[in-house]
Amino acid sequence: MKLTGAEILIECLKREGVKTIFALPGGVVLKIFDMLHQQKDIEVVLTRHEQGAGHMAEGYAKATGKAGVCLVTSGPGMTNVITALADAYMDSVPLVCFSGQVPTSLIGNDAFQEADNMGLSRPCTKYNFLVKDVKDLAVTIKEAFYIATTGRPGPVLVDIPKDVSMDKAEFVYPSSIAIRSYNPVYEGNKWQIKQAAEAMTKARKPVLYVGGGVIFSGASQELMELAELTHMPVDMTLMGLGAFPGEHPQSMGMLGMHGTYWANMVMHYSDLVVAIGARFDDRVTGKVSEFCPHAKVIHIDIDPTSIRKNVNVDIPIVGDCKMVLRELIQILRATVNGDQRELRKPWWDQIREWQQANPLAYQQEADGPIKPQHVIQRLYELTKDRDPIVSTDVGQHQMWAAQYFKLAKPNRWLTSGGLGTMGFGFPAAMGAQAAFPGRLVLCIAGDGSIQMNMQEMATAVVHKLPVKIIILNNRFHGMVRQWQDLFYEGRYASSDLETTPDFVKLAEAYGAVGLRASKPSEIDAVLKEAIAVNKPVIVDVPTYRYENVYPMIPAGGCNHEMILEDPPALRNKQSGAGQVAPKDSDTILTA
Amino acid sequence: MEHIISVTVENKFGSLSRIAGLFSGRGFNIESLSVAPTLDPSMSQMTIVTSGDERIIEQIVKQLNKLIDVIKVVDLNESDFVSRETALIKVHTRPEDRAEALRIADIFRANVIDSTPATYTIEVTGDPRKIGAIINLLQPLGIKELTRTGRVAVARELIRSTDVPAKKIARE
Ligand SMILES: Cc1cc2nc3c(=O)[nH]c(=O)nc-3n(C[C@H](O)[C@H](O)[C@H](O)COP(=O)(O)OP(=O)(O)OC[C@H]3O[C@@H](n4cnc5c(N)ncnc54)[C@H](O)[C@@H]3O)c2cc1C
Ligand SMILES: Cc1ncc(C[n+]2csc(CCOP(=O)(O)OP(=O)(O)O)c2C)c(N)n1
Ligand SMILES: [Mg+2]
Repeated sequence: MKLTGAEILIECLKREGVKTIFALPGGVVLKIFDMLHQQKDIEVVLTRHEQGAGHMAEGYAKATGKAGVCLVTSGPGMTNVITALADAYMDSVPLVCFSGQVPTSLIGNDAFQEADNMGLSRPCTKYNFLVKDVKDLAVTIKEAFYIATTGRPGPVLVDIPKDVSMDKAEFVYPSSIAIRSYNPVYEGNKWQIKQAAEAMTKARKPVLYVGGGVIFSGASQELMELAELTHMPVDMTLMGLGAFPGEHPQSMGMLGMHGTYWANMVMHYSDLVVAIGARFDDRVTGKVSEFCPHAKVIHIDIDPTSIRKNVNVDIPIVGDCKMVLRELIQILRATVNGDQRELRKPWWDQIREWQQANPLAYQQEADGPIKPQHVIQRLYELTKDRDPIVSTDVGQHQMWAAQYFKLAKPNRWLTSGGLGTMGFGFPAAMGAQAAFPGRLVLCIAGDGSIQMNMQEMATAVVHKLPVKIIILNNRFHGMVRQWQDLFYEGRYASSDLETTPDFVKLAEAYGAVGLRASKPSEIDAVLKEAIAVNKPVIVDVPTYRYENVYPMIPAGGCNHEMILEDPPALRNKQSGAGQVAPKDSDTILTA
Repeated sequence: MEHIISVTVENKFGSLSRIAGLFSGRGFNIESLSVAPTLDPSMSQMTIVTSGDERIIEQIVKQLNKLIDVIKVVDLNESDFVSRETALIKVHTRPEDRAEALRIADIFRANVIDSTPATYTIEVTGDPRKIGAIINLLQPLGIKELTRTGRVAVARELIRSTDVPAKKIARE
C-alpha cells in the first residue's frame, strides 16, 4: 500500500521503537503533525521553544541510551534547534532531528521560512540528509538512526521538504543497513590489547581515566571488574560520572579543572594512564606539555580522531570500551595473581594521604548564609536511596553538583560538558522524565541558566513531568564572577544579575509548585517537601553570593598546581559579603 | 611539511562541502583541491594538497576517514607518488615578444592553445617546480590571466628487485 511521506515517517519511528518525540509545528510540517495527531503509539511533547525540544531529546537519549527524537519546522524552527544539535555533537549524544523544509521546487529561492538546513547543521551534526524524493524517505530514516546510534554516537538531521511529506510511496522498511563508507570498529586490535595488559600488570602507579565513552558503551560492569582486578584508582571526567560508583573506595571522583585534589595528583604522578572512552579535553589536561609527565598512555576509544588529538599515546586501541575491556580482563585474569594489591600498596598509601590532605571542603554556619555545596550535599543524602536522575545547567552549581552528588550508576547524570550550554538542564531533565515517568528527576540549576529555557515550565505542567528544579540562586553568573575575581581584579563586568524574578511566584504562575529555603535550617524540610510533590517544582535557594569553586586549575595551568581556596585578597574582600535572602536593596558588596 | 592526500568519496550532493567544511572548521591548511568522478560514477576522486606537522597530518587523515561520505583516504607521502598540475597562462605578446613566448613554451613542452594578435594562451603540465619556472620566465612579457588546476597525484607502482621481470608485469 502506498503511504504519504508523513505516514512513512511515523511508521519508521514506530519500527525504531520511538515512544516519545519532542516537537513544535510550523507550516511545512503540518502534514506530519496532522498524521501524528491521528495515532496513539507515539506521544508528541509540544515544547515552547525548539531549543527545549532538542535538549529534551538529549536528556531522553542520555537517560535511556537510545536515540532521542525531535521535530521542528523550517527556517526559525531549524535555527532554534541548532544549539541543541551542537551540544549533542560535542557530547556525542545520539539524536535524530527531523526538520521541515520548503517544497523541493522552491529550495534555493529564498522562499518563506527557508533556511539552508543542510549548511546550517553540517558542522554540528554527525551527518545530515536532505530527502528529495519520498521513495528515499524510509531508507534515509533507517540510515539516520543507524548513524546516530552506532560508533561514536551523535546527532543526525533529516531535512524533509513539504512535498516529500505529502507525496506517496510504497512503504518498505529495510531490516538492516550497510553503508560502504561507514564501518565503525568495535573490536580492538588483539596485539595492542595484549601490550596494554602487560603494561598494566607492571605499572606501580597506574590510573584509570574514564569518560563518557564507558557510558555510551554500557561498559560499567566491565570497568568495575577491571578496576577491582587491577586495584587501580578510577578518575572520572565530567561526562564519565556514574560510569563507576562515586562511593566506591577506588573512586577518585572527577578530575580536571574543578576535579578533586587527589584525582589530579594521581594523574600527574602516575606512571600509566589508561584512558577509556575519554578524549583528553583541555579541561582535563591543563597545560598539555606538562600533562602526566611520568606516564605511559594507553587510550581506548571508538573514534580514531580522539586518539593522539591532544596528547601522545603509547598504546592506542581503537574499539568499543565494552568489547576491549572484556578482552583485557580475560588476559589479565590469566596473568594477574594476587600481588597487584601488594605492588600498589605504596601508591595507595600516597593516594590516601592526598585525600586526607585536601578533602573537598566548605564552611556552613548554622545561622550564616546558605552555602551552595551544602544544598547539594543535603539533596544527595536525602535522595540517594531513590536512584535519582540528576541534570545540571552550566556554571558553578554544575561543578558543585559534580563534586558533591555522587552517582552510583550510569545514565543518571545529564550535563552539558563539551559545549557548556546554559539552559540545558531543565529541558534535559524533562526528556529523562518523559522516558521514565515514575523516577525521581532532579535539576540542579543556576539562576542565570534556568532563565534560558524557563518557558519549558509550561510544557512540564501540561505533560505532567514532575521535575524538581533546585536553583542555587546567587544572583550572579557565578562562574563568570569567579573568573573575574581571580583573573580580572574583581571587576564584575556583566556578571551581576542584580535581581532575579521571584522564582516561587514564577513557578506558581506556570501552575507548578514554588518553594524557597532561606536559611540552612529550612533546607531539609523544603527539599523533602519538593520531592514528595507529584508536580514540577522549583525550589529557590538564595545562596552565599561569593562562594567559589575549588580546587581549581586555572585554564592552561598544570595539573598538580591547584588553587585550593580563596587567595587572601579575596577572603578579605568577601568578609561580611553574604546575605540570606535577596533584597531589592542589595548592591555589590565588594566595592 | 606538504602532503598530498588522495580521497575517494561518495559522488553525492554535499560531499565536497563536507570536506571543505572540515578543513575550514578545524583550521587545516588547504593549498589546492581537485575533484572529478572516478571510473565508477558513484564515486569521486579528490586530490588535496595540504601541509602541517606529523600530528596535524595524522588528524587530517583520521578526520577525513571519519566523514561518513569518505570511502578511502591515502596519504600519498607515505610512499612514492607522481603528481601533475596543468596551468593555462594567457600572456601579453607585443610583436617583438611573440617569438620569445613561443621559445619559452617550447622549452617547457607547453602548447599554445589560443592565440590573438596581442596574446597567447599557453597550456603547460608538470610538477609545481616546472609550472613555477615557466611562470617566472613569462612574467616579464606580462601575464594577463593565469588559472591552475591544482595538483592530481597517484602512488607509484612498486617494483622490487625480486619481482617478476618487467615485461611480464606489462603483459598481466
Ligand atoms: C563549566 C565547565 C567546567 C568543566 N570542568 C571540567 C572538569 O573539571 N573536569 C572534566 O573532566 N570536565 C570538565 N568539563 C567538561 C569538559 O569540557 C569535557 O566535556 C569533558 O572533559 C569531556 O569528557 P570525556 O573526555 O569523557 O569525553 P566525552 O565528550 O564524553 O567523549 C567520549 C569519548 O569516548 C569515545 N566513545 C564514545 N563511545 C564509545 C564507545 N562505545 N567505546 C569507546 N569509546 C567511545 C568518544 O569517541 C569520545 O572520545 C567542564 C565543562 C564545563 C561546562
Ligand atoms: C548559552 C551560554 N552563554 C554563556 C555562557 C558562559 N557562561 C558560563 S557559566 C555562566 C554563568 C552561569 O550562571 P548561573 O546559571 O547562575 O550559574 P552559577 O555559575 O551562578 O552557578 C556563563 C554566562 C554559557 N556557558 N552558555
Ligand atoms: Mg548564578
